[in-house]
Formats: sequence, structure tokens, C-alpha cells
Amino acid sequence: MNINLEVEVKKQEASTVLVLSGEIDAYTAPKLKESLLPLTRQPNAEVVVDLEHVNYMDSTGLGVFISALKSTNECGSKLRLIHLQDRVHRLFKITSLDNIITIDTTVRGGN
Amino acid sequence: MEQMKLDLNNYRNLLKEYLLTKNETVLYQAEQLSKMSVQHSISPEEIINVHIEALKDLHPELPQEVTDSLDFLLEAMISYGLALQEFQFLRQKQFELESEISVAARMQETLLSTVHPSVKGLDIGAISVPANQMNGDYYHFVTDKDGSLGIALADVIGKGIPAALAMSMIKYSMDSFPDNQREPSLILENLNRVVERNVDPSMFITMFYGLYNPEDETFSFASAGHEPGFYYHASEDRFEEIHARGLVLGATHNATYQQCIQKINKGDCIILLTDGVTECRVGDRFVEREEVRQVIKDYIHLPAQNAVDKVYKYFERLQEFHLRDDFTLIIIKKEV
Repeated sequence: MNINLEVEVKKQEASTVLVLSGEIDAYTAPKLKESLLPLTRQPNAEVVVDLEHVNYMDSTGLGVFISALKSTNECGSKLRLIHLQDRVHRLFKITSLDNIITIDTTVRGGN
Repeated sequence: MEQMKLDLNNYRNLLKEYLLTKNETVLYQAEQLSKMSVQHSISPEEIINVHIEALKDLHPELPQEVTDSLDFLLEAMISYGLALQEFQFLRQKQFELESEISVAARMQETLLSTVHPSVKGLDIGAISVPANQMNGDYYHFVTDKDGSLGIALADVIGKGIPAALAMSMIKYSMDSFPDNQREPSLILENLNRVVERNVDPSMFITMFYGLYNPEDETFSFASAGHEPGFYYHASEDRFEEIHARGLVLGATHNATYQQCIQKINKGDCIILLTDGVTECRVGDRFVEREEVRQVIKDYIHLPAQNAVDKVYKYFERLQEFHLRDDFTLIIIKKEV
């Protein structure tokens, strides 16, 4: 079982892309929070989180994205999630967080 | 403290006997002595020290290299002695924490306890089992003089103590709402404001609230991002997902909730659950909702309490009796 989360930060023109791979749960969520929140605190920043290689996420992961969203609202930055696997996307749909967080499922790069 | 000191005479005798006889029984006694030493916090270097003394007594002509090497060993063991002390200190701390947590867990049980109501015409079964000591799931029944039944089911993000504390907040907020405010959508709107104002930005709660009205035999409900339950149509032996869209509590301050209504017929069931049921994982495999539905279907003909117990047992066995998440399941069956 893969219990780790790899976080890779890529600069892309105007945005910063956070490429994640592994699982987001109570053990790995602090690592995600540490990398994601400072990025959202930069005014006008566009932060993209690529979840293509995240095969499992629990509610702790959703909590990190909620706090990141609150941070973008306070600091005037933007957050966008891309390449969600079905199981992960379902969580955002059930919780209706897909109504307040920008999720782009049209791009499935690499697949 | 005198009896805590390793008995040099006893050690010397044992060592002497072993050197002479190579007797297994003596080795066994040495092992017992080591256990007793751990119990009495005697450090490894103390044992070596006694060993050196005993050996010098027995063999005064011991070569200098041997004596020196034993002194060397003595120094090399000092860190182990410190580690033992630390281990004992931590074990004591852990014991204290465990008893503190079990006091808190008992208190939570008292604070959040709910009476399984007997409502005419309804058969109600409920089970809620925490993965650890403290439960981050919460359900509550409220009955009214007119025979209506309110059902709250909530799941706080995460597990353990923070989740349990947030639950107490939900319960006491609900208690403070006026009796005439029983509309599920309004209850969730109010709770959302309470949660948004009072918890950490990364914390949220999912919640389902339902209200059964015995007059017209309807069930009104709203959901704040909660794992969808099932509605069982007895006449068609068919399950339907209970759909109600709504944002989780605590994400924004002005969320509103859609309220739905369902007419309940004889034999029909309302099945409510938390994601501890649907996000159940066996090794690398996830249990699909279809499987959950099938297991519930297998037991739906039983009395409600019996059915929830059986479903729980099934998933407990599947996860080898080690729940990964808090597990809550409620079945409400219309009898007449």
C-alpha cells in the first residue's frame, strides 16, 4: 500500500502547479497543507493542483482544500484542481465542494 | 531502595554455578533475574558492573585485557540504560494519557447520548462504533409531542478528540434552537453559521437532517454534503439513493440547503450512514457502494436493530475487526 504523498512544485508561466502523487489522508495531509497554503497566500497567484496520480483521498484532504480556498478568498489568489480520478472527484461532488472550488476535469493530460 | 539493588552474592553464586556446571536451569534463572531487573529499573550497565565484580571475586587472576574489555563494554551499554529509563517514563505517560482519554470518551458518551425513541408505526435501529476511543460520528433523535421524529446524523472530518469536541458543539447548538424551528434546511443553515464561525478553517462537518411527520407519513430532509443514504421501496424491493445536494458545514458562511420530501409507505426503509460504511477499505481494495447496498439488502427483512447490527458485523469482519473510520448506520422502517 502506498502511504506516501509526493509533492512536486512546477512553475508554469503565470501559475504554479502542484503535482501530487500518492494518497492524501490524515498522515499526508499536513505535507500537502505545508506546500499548498503558502502558495495561496500570494496575491494574484494562480495555484493549480494536479491530482492525476492521487488514487485515494479522505476527508482530511478535503479539509486542506477548504482551507486553501478560504485563503485564496482572503488573499485574492486563485485555486484550480485538475485531473481528478473518479473516486476523488466523487468526494467533491457529494460534499458540493465542486460548487465552490474550481475543478477542471476536461483536461486529462497524460491519459 | 536496597532491595532494588542487584544482589551481588546471588549473582556471584549463579555465575559460579554456571561456569562449573553449564547447567540450563541456571541460565533460566539468569533470564528471570534479567526480567526482575527490568521491573526494578536496574540498568544494563549495572548488571555488567555486578558481573565484573562477581568475575573478579571468582577469578582474581583474570587477564588485564578481559577486565579492560569489560570496562569498555560497561561504557558501551550506558545509552541502553538511558533508553530503558526513557522507555519506562514514556510507558507511564502513555498509561496516564490512555486513562485520560477513556475518561473523555465516557464523558462524550454521556454528553452525546441519545435515546432510541419508540415512535408509533416505526421500527428504528442504530449503531455507531468509533474507530478509536472517541467517536467523530454523531446521531441524535428528537421526538416531539405531535409524534414527529427528527433525526440528525453528522460526521466530523478526522477522528479522535478534535472531532469529538466539534460534535459536542453541534449537539448543544441544536439544543438551543427553538422548538418550532424543525425544518431540516433551516437547521442546517443555522448550524453552518455556528460551525463556520467556531472551527479551524480546515475543519468541516457533513450532516444529514431528516424529519418524519406521522400525520401525512412524509419524511422531509436536507443534507450538508453528507454521504447519501438509501431509500428502500418495499413494494418494488428496490433501493434508491437519497439525493439532497448541499455544501458541507463550515466551508462558507452563507450556504443554503435544498429540502426534499418523500412519502413513506408500509415496509419502506430509510437508511442513513456515514462514510465509515462506504469508504470501507480492505487492503488495497475499496468496498463499492453497490456492495454496501447489497449487504444491507441481505438483512433488510430483519427487525431494524438486528439489521444494523448484522451489517456492522459484516464490515467489521471484512476489515479484520479493525475499523479505519468511525462507522454509523441507521435504519428506519415503516411498519404500518
